[in-house]
Amino acid sequence: MAGNAAIDLTSPPRQEVESVVIRFSGDSGDGIQMTGGRFTDTTALAGNDLATFPDFPAEIRAPAGTTYGVSAFQINFGARDIKTSGDAPDILIALNAAALAVEIPDLKPGGVVIVNTGGLTEKNLRKAGFEGNPLEDGTLSNFRVIAIDISKLTMEAVKNSGLKRKDALRCKNLYTLGLVYWMYDRDRQPTIDWLNKRFASHPELAAANVAALNAGHAFGETAEMADGITPYTVAPSHFAPGEYRTVHGAEATAWGLIVGTHLAGVDLVFSSYPITPASGVLHALARLKHFGVITFQAEDEIAAICAAIGASFAGSLGVTSSSGPGMALKTEALGLAISAELPLVVINSQRAGPSTGMPTKTEQSDLFQAVFGRNGDSPLAVLAARSPSDCFEVVIEAVRIATKYMTPVIVLTDTYIANAAEPWLIPDLDRLTPFPVEFRTDPEGFHPYLRDERTLGRAWAVPGTPGLEHRIGALEKDYDTGNISYDPANHQRMTDARGAKISGIADDIPLQAVEVGEESGRLCVVGWGSTYGPIARAVGNLREEGHLVSHIHLRHIWPLPRNLVRLLRGFDKILVPEMNTGQLLTLLRAEALVPAEGLSSVTGKPFRISAIEEAIRLRLGG
Amino acid sequence: MTVVTVPDTMTPKDFASDQEVRWCPGCGDYAILKAVYKTLADVAVPRSDVVFVSGIGCSSRFPYHVSSYGFHTIHGRAPAVATGIKLANPDLSVWVVTGDGDGLSIGGNHMLHVLRRNVDLQILLFNNEIYGLTKGQFSPTSRVGTVSPSTPMGSIDNPVSPVAFALGSGARFAARSVDTMQRHLPMVLKRAHEHRGASFVEIFQNCIVYNDGIFDDFTDKEVADDNQIHLEHAKPLIFGKEGEERGIRLKPGVIELEVVRLGEGGIGVEDLLVHDETNRSLAVMLAAMAPPEFPMALGVLYCDPAPGYETLVRDQIEEAKARTPNGDLNALLREGYTWTVG
Ligand SMILES: Cc1ncc(C[n+]2csc(CCOP(=O)(O)OP(=O)(O)O)c2C)c(N)n1
Ligand code: SF4
Ligand SMILES: [Mg+2]
Repeated sequence: MAGNAAIDLTSPPRQEVESVVIRFSGDSGDGIQMTGGRFTDTTALAGNDLATFPDFPAEIRAPAGTTYGVSAFQINFGARDIKTSGDAPDILIALNAAALAVEIPDLKPGGVVIVNTGGLTEKNLRKAGFEGNPLEDGTLSNFRVIAIDISKLTMEAVKNSGLKRKDALRCKNLYTLGLVYWMYDRDRQPTIDWLNKRFASHPELAAANVAALNAGHAFGETAEMADGITPYTVAPSHFAPGEYRTVHGAEATAWGLIVGTHLAGVDLVFSSYPITPASGVLHALARLKHFGVITFQAEDEIAAICAAIGASFAGSLGVTSSSGPGMALKTEALGLAISAELPLVVINSQRAGPSTGMPTKTEQSDLFQAVFGRNGDSPLAVLAARSPSDCFEVVIEAVRIATKYMTPVIVLTDTYIANAAEPWLIPDLDRLTPFPVEFRTDPEGFHPYLRDERTLGRAWAVPGTPGLEHRIGALEKDYDTGNISYDPANHQRMTDARGAKISGIADDIPLQAVEVGEESGRLCVVGWGSTYGPIARAVGNLREEGHLVSHIHLRHIWPLPRNLVRLLRGFDKILVPEMNTGQLLTLLRAEALVPAEGLSSVTGKPFRISAIEEAIRLRLGG
Repeated sequence: MTVVTVPDTMTPKDFASDQEVRWCPGCGDYAILKAVYKTLADVAVPRSDVVFVSGIGCSSRFPYHVSSYGFHTIHGRAPAVATGIKLANPDLSVWVVTGDGDGLSIGGNHMLHVLRRNVDLQILLFNNEIYGLTKGQFSPTSRVGTVSPSTPMGSIDNPVSPVAFALGSGARFAARSVDTMQRHLPMVLKRAHEHRGASFVEIFQNCIVYNDGIFDDFTDKEVADDNQIHLEHAKPLIFGKEGEERGIRLKPGVIELEVVRLGEGGIGVEDLLVHDETNRSLAVMLAAMAPPEFPMALGVLYCDPAPGYETLVRDQIEEAKARTPNGDLNALLREGYTWTVG
């Protein structure tokens, strides 16, 4: 989002803007995430492209009014295509003093801040660290301030609902949403339908929330505001024709697993242990049992991956998912899957580390762990999704590689991808190419480590098949029989075979394309994972200014695409922005022997477009 | 394509694999292997439907020597791998082989959960009260004072009783036998196989190298009659040499067992406790008995079946399918709000 939401508060009527970044913020108990979710759906229905960024505290119920209990939801939407959730908001909604204190530094100069004065009590202001009243002491002098007592107006709007004071006050997020709907000319009906469905068993709650929504909207239409709020319109974006929906990363991952195993013709056993931000996939799949999906909440991450390995041994596709600390626990069993050469998909929704780190904050610092982090020479395939909807395709690709090559595949997503939403052109499943697995059934010449000549994948012979009884394990196997072997030359041969199998996958994946720009030149920005959005926008902006800069984005982290080294060597300079301290950077320098430079950001938040733009400019010499 | 014919009757020999057995000569594992072969031949499940899953340890080498399917996994994790196998294919007959270290130290957590979930597995815990494979360190079942390379002054940790642990974890089947008891052990294994749900069997196994004779106090021929009681459902708890029979009864006035001599002080069989496999409290008390004060209880201490976990999992899937028939993937992707462009 490049600062083009030129908001002018004085010129009615509706003014057209190309894109806008709105951030809703309040206490964890204020329903900010729900408000953001409703605004997202409505905005998608209005035909805008969008990207969201939910940012909430790790505490389930942080003490009210504290700065660490602030929950925020940012959405960037527009008539043009949207690549990120936006650097800085154009409009900030702050439902209490703490939210105002935490979020105001991010607001664009000249931006609009809607403050709930009902949330600025003496006590709240002090808790938030304000010495005076920010509405009066010049704190907000750089911004256009709309100060409304949303708390009081909400109470009035729902006074006939019969709700207790506390419950009534909780409708203030819907009041706020109504006001923002008015500002951006959004249809309230989908939200009203949603509320009626959500609170079907509590009609009084549904009615109160709808009343608050309508009152907020009416306030916008009728109230005279000191500096006059002008409503805006944002024209629909130019989408390719087709049927769309919004999708979160966790959903897209779950659906990709179901569709992928369907294309492979195997059953799905999904085995996991709850951890933020990975649990969403478990939750999504647990609701899809009618597709025959088995979900298993194990006693820990070790049991989760081991059960998945057992399921794969028995002829289903075992899938497990986790995040940082849980991934660490799975390490030994990953080695087992590598040695036993069984298909396995492992989804890592990365979060800020090390150790417990910042559970609800995003980072992409598990690349080394995924590619290298096991004892012994233990290669496996690693893929990375770039956005919520991309998880769908990447997961299907992981299922394909795992079953075809009899190998574990790690899929890297992150907190941002897992929680964020974006519009998605729903794929036509009938047009996806199936990749059916062939279980071994013929005993003639069989041994468990019999390899397919092309893929080097071993035969998948499943218990229950007469004549193929065999024993496997994590001790080294003889190349020619699959029996235990300590033979020195055999270990070399098996180590080489395991390595060759994984590097051979490079012949079975697309060549690396250049996202935008020339195939060689002065500067190339290389990214992976969720930095896709900010890099694409930064490169796009600079190209619009006439700079020659290219963007390469990796889906296949290991093995790397065959042509990548050649591509990289065609650039004088290579910049690798990452939400870690240089992991892909190190990998590329080692593999391609190129003098790539890193740009690191580990703030727990997505990269800022401006930071990448600045790094590019520096390297282009101004 | 070779046509596979499954013989109608299997002999113990048919279950031997072609892999050389590498346990120390005289190791109790050989005897257990023999008893397992006999059991498999008796229960007559096709070899191709049998899976042996193990962790790491001397005992965990077991699957290599059975001609069925087998998976030698990683230390302590066999119950979790076996759970996955059962989730994928509930029709398989899955046996877990583990050691006292594998199953109760590194894998204690998985053991607890596989038992409480009641996954339909036969779990054979070879208890030799020592870490065999790593050369003789004390284990979680070693008695206090065990001198080992890591406890030169004797171990000081209290041991855990495998069967008591299993019962505490909610196991619905718990039994005990001894490696060398070649009639008793196959009988117990057969019961374990018949039982649907998790069947936990502790097998006292002699490690001739690092802990030789540790169970002699009740397995030695000289003392076996006096120091073993063979449990049979609905039969009174009697043991001891002929003519010198003794029995187990509830001590009057307290919730405790005691050994009484039959005929002494007018005590008759009718005064003894009658074994009831479905009585968990009794099983817990029997599990706690140990020589010299008590005989070691062998046989099926507890058996009170309940539906297996994998069955309940499948039931939920069937229920979900009945509630939402025709699981259409295209419809799944279109759930909730969608909109059309162009
Ligand atoms: C993660 C891990 N830690 C440690 C070991 C080393 N180790 C192998 S077997 C074993 C103990 C085995 O004892 P037990 O389960 O009683 O089996 P036994 O050899 O006595 O049959 C240990 C500590 C290992 N293989 N893996
Ligand atoms: S070390 Fe003990 S348990 Fe292991 S094979 Fe030798 S005798 Fe058996
Ligand atoms: Mg042992």
